[in-house]
Amino acid sequence: MSTTSVLGGVVKRREDPALIKGKARYVDDVKLTGMLHAAFVRSPFAHATITSVDSAEASGMPGVRAIYTSADVRHLGPLVAQVAVGKARPLLADGMVNHVGEAVVLVIAETRAQAQDAADSIHVEYESLSAVIDLKQAASDAAKTHSDLDSNILITWTAPFGADADTMAALVEKIAEAKAREDTVTVSLEMVNQRLLPTAIEPRSVVADWNDGYVEMTIFSSSQMISAVAGAVGKTLGIPYNRVNGIAPEVGGGFGVKLNVYNDEILMPWASMQLGAPVKFTETRREAATSSIQGRGWLATATITGTRDGEVLAYELDGICDMGAYTQNFTVAIPFLGVFVASGQYKFPTRLKLDCVTTNTMTTDAYRGAGRPEAIYYLERIMDAYSREIGMDPAAVRLKNFIPAEAFPSAVSPVGFAMDTGDYATNLEAMIDSQVYRDLFVERDELRSQGHLAGVGLSTYVEVCGFGPSGLVDLGFSWAGYGLPSAFNGSGLVRVNPDGTANVIIGTGPSGQGHKTTWSQIVSSQLGIEIDDIRVSYGDTKDAPMMVGTFGSRSAAVDGAAAFEAAQKVRDKAAKIAAHLLEASDADIRFEDGSAHVAGSPDKSVTWAAISQAAYQPHTLPAGMEGGLEAHAIFSPANATWPFGTTVCLVTVDRDTGDVQLRRWLSMDDCGNVINPMIVDGQIHGGVAQGIGQALFEEAVYDSNGNLLTPGLVDYPLVTAVDVPLFELNRTVTPSDINPLGVKGIGEAGTIGSAQTVVNAVVDALAEMGVKHIDMPLRPKRVWQAMNEATKG
Amino acid sequence: MQVSMTVNGRSVSGDVEPRTLLVHFIRENLALTGTHVGCETSYCGACTVIVDGSTAKSCTMLAVQAAGSEIRTVEGLADGETLHAVQEGFWERHGLQCGFCTPGMIMSAVGLLESNPNPTETEIRHGIEGNLCRCTGYHNIVKAIEYAGAKLRGETPAPAEWEVTV
Repeated sequence: MSTTSVLGGVVKRREDPALIKGKARYVDDVKLTGMLHAAFVRSPFAHATITSVDSAEASGMPGVRAIYTSADVRHLGPLVAQVAVGKARPLLADGMVNHVGEAVVLVIAETRAQAQDAADSIHVEYESLSAVIDLKQAASDAAKTHSDLDSNILITWTAPFGADADTMAALVEKIAEAKAREDTVTVSLEMVNQRLLPTAIEPRSVVADWNDGYVEMTIFSSSQMISAVAGAVGKTLGIPYNRVNGIAPEVGGGFGVKLNVYNDEILMPWASMQLGAPVKFTETRREAATSSIQGRGWLATATITGTRDGEVLAYELDGICDMGAYTQNFTVAIPFLGVFVASGQYKFPTRLKLDCVTTNTMTTDAYRGAGRPEAIYYLERIMDAYSREIGMDPAAVRLKNFIPAEAFPSAVSPVGFAMDTGDYATNLEAMIDSQVYRDLFVERDELRSQGHLAGVGLSTYVEVCGFGPSGLVDLGFSWAGYGLPSAFNGSGLVRVNPDGTANVIIGTGPSGQGHKTTWSQIVSSQLGIEIDDIRVSYGDTKDAPMMVGTFGSRSAAVDGAAAFEAAQKVRDKAAKIAAHLLEASDADIRFEDGSAHVAGSPDKSVTWAAISQAAYQPHTLPAGMEGGLEAHAIFSPANATWPFGTTVCLVTVDRDTGDVQLRRWLSMDDCGNVINPMIVDGQIHGGVAQGIGQALFEEAVYDSNGNLLTPGLVDYPLVTAVDVPLFELNRTVTPSDINPLGVKGIGEAGTIGSAQTVVNAVVDALAEMGVKHIDMPLRPKRVWQAMNEATKG
Repeated sequence: MQVSMTVNGRSVSGDVEPRTLLVHFIRENLALTGTHVGCETSYCGACTVIVDGSTAKSCTMLAVQAAGSEIRTVEGLADGETLHAVQEGFWERHGLQCGFCTPGMIMSAVGLLESNPNPTETEIRHGIEGNLCRCTGYHNIVKAIEYAGAKLRGETPAPAEWEVTV
């Protein structure tokens, strides 16, 4: 394999053989000698005081080893969180419950069935209180979620970021003036960006094993950030970080839900210490819904004021974001990620105010996109409504308002953030100049002429990701609460072994993104070692370099860059050794096909194996050179990365039933340089499917009493194979200038760019009836009602 | 109670509670952990196995219901080092990401191709409708099953999208 094609070429995934043979090991597959099993008694009430817990019957049941309540664990303190705003979660409910599904009692037994049977026999008495569920009511403080907090509003985010009162007042006045002008229109919509259940297909699972002989805690967890789990366990239980072995083996989908640290990840290690035996907990699908974090949950009004020829003068977003009962990992910071991209790719003045409120529901936190899909949804829906209002082509309106390519690199957005690189017009023009785009309108018009309700929707997007700048600490993003280094560094370690193979150990926590493959390509590109001779590993806090994890589409841009730089260090040292062995100048050494050779004399060469053997026999090295052939690098970029793109789709709506059928999907993404196009396209496919899922099917519904009405896949439908077409993908390439690979990140782009595209298309299909907006999810009943109301009205 | 069946061509038996699910018997008693539990309600399909020639969700079937049956799981597909065409298709066409739904998805695809050796795209989509994947958007799963179908019919699979220059 030549080194030049290694970056940018398709390489089949190195992780697949184990997965397709059924030989991969997920946490629930872990079975340790003497292992006990846990089950929880969870609250059926959204808000109640606990008056009694009767576990007399349960404690005598077969196999039961222990029953714990808050009295047993109160001294450990609440669950540690990264951003400590709002109410921290008690490890077990302490006198009160604040959402349905809150853990009240922990039961440990010899089998899972025994633990569940015992949990079912524990009688907890509650005195029910009224629940705060509705967002407007919560924001009004008419009733309190937590009586000991001053307000249900935990924090209010505003933009432009960091604007002082005078600047804000001037902006408000400028917007008022624009609205007052006779040649402008103002378009405003209140829209719901509904709560979602992240729903990784693998339920979360934890196995903890305390060994008081070795004095070490081993914890297996299906986590995107096992270092945070290890740090939190150590900090809570008083075990030094170097004696907690955090292991994330195969992780069956993450999407943000496995980025949090959960109370069960603290309680299983604690119980293992109490009982002197390994303890396992695997959540049920219902528990995944009620008691693992949820996403989105915004109610906001988006307003655009602009001229009749498409020049936007101001954009405003005023809303309420649901944080749930307790704040966990990032909770209140998630809407802030939306603030970063609130003005999208545009140059117009933007004002934003988001109240983050606490309610008697499960905690919200990072779900694929985390704040950015919400922000882009509001912006791109209202851009569409404005285009429709003034009768202009939505693509033309966008082109008119984009930040120009000349403003880059480091263009500063209207909300106050410097963006690495961008060329928005080129990306959108590549889409609208394409044959498939033109075909879509022909197809729509044909469908319409046959009597169908057909529509085309378009959305552009910008994303912020690749979180790595150390400076994020100054904005309140820090891992110090978990006893970890506060910054978001990437890390990579590269070692060449005496047989010429390489080990690469990285700081990521993938859940299907193909890191073994991509990192093999990165390292191979620098060393010229065959991809099959490179072994990539991660997810073990004991053996990995100081690691963070995988979230916010950060891995390639941060940890990828670290591995790239570590490989360069190894190559530079190897070049010196090879030059010494070949009696040449190290500047003339070239690496290819597993060997180093002298430029111009290919027969003068030495293998990586020989170089490594020399490195581990220091007496053969040049005088003064340190032995060994491995290097570690930490990468802390100067900025986040800012991918962008355009998506378009064609839908039809059944006149009789309101059923939406998605017929075509086009994407034009720009994530900078691409290391493995097959993997990047796969990320887009999955991301888009989740955006489509939000647009058409998914909704976590709480009733006014705080009961979760959608606790399983029966009531919470995911996209199936029959709901989506083949995706027609294309891309532009605008490399990032803040990392040596020029990559940006692609894990969340598909989701950020897609839900509004579907809604825009449905509104296009129903515009003839006068429908201006329908809140997601666009299930048949809701669409049918909107059609009927519009026709009546 | 004692239960016996044939799993991947091997006669097995075990002592189970009457309420033991087939998936737990396979995972716990037989230590075949390729078959996964995703939802316990037969919606996600991660637990799909083949029972007496038909696909079944092993999380909603009791072990005792499978007594005397012939069961196939993902571990029984490959012939030594040679992958089954469906496994090969999933690898060749990037039909998986996190891999958790994959064994069930592969078993459904095997079942589909055994009953319909030359399915259309629509038939493939309906054939795997009962298996949820949260990672791939199904695009490459469809391509993987098309690849496998071609191989099983003795045809040359269509080139991958990334092998085609437009």
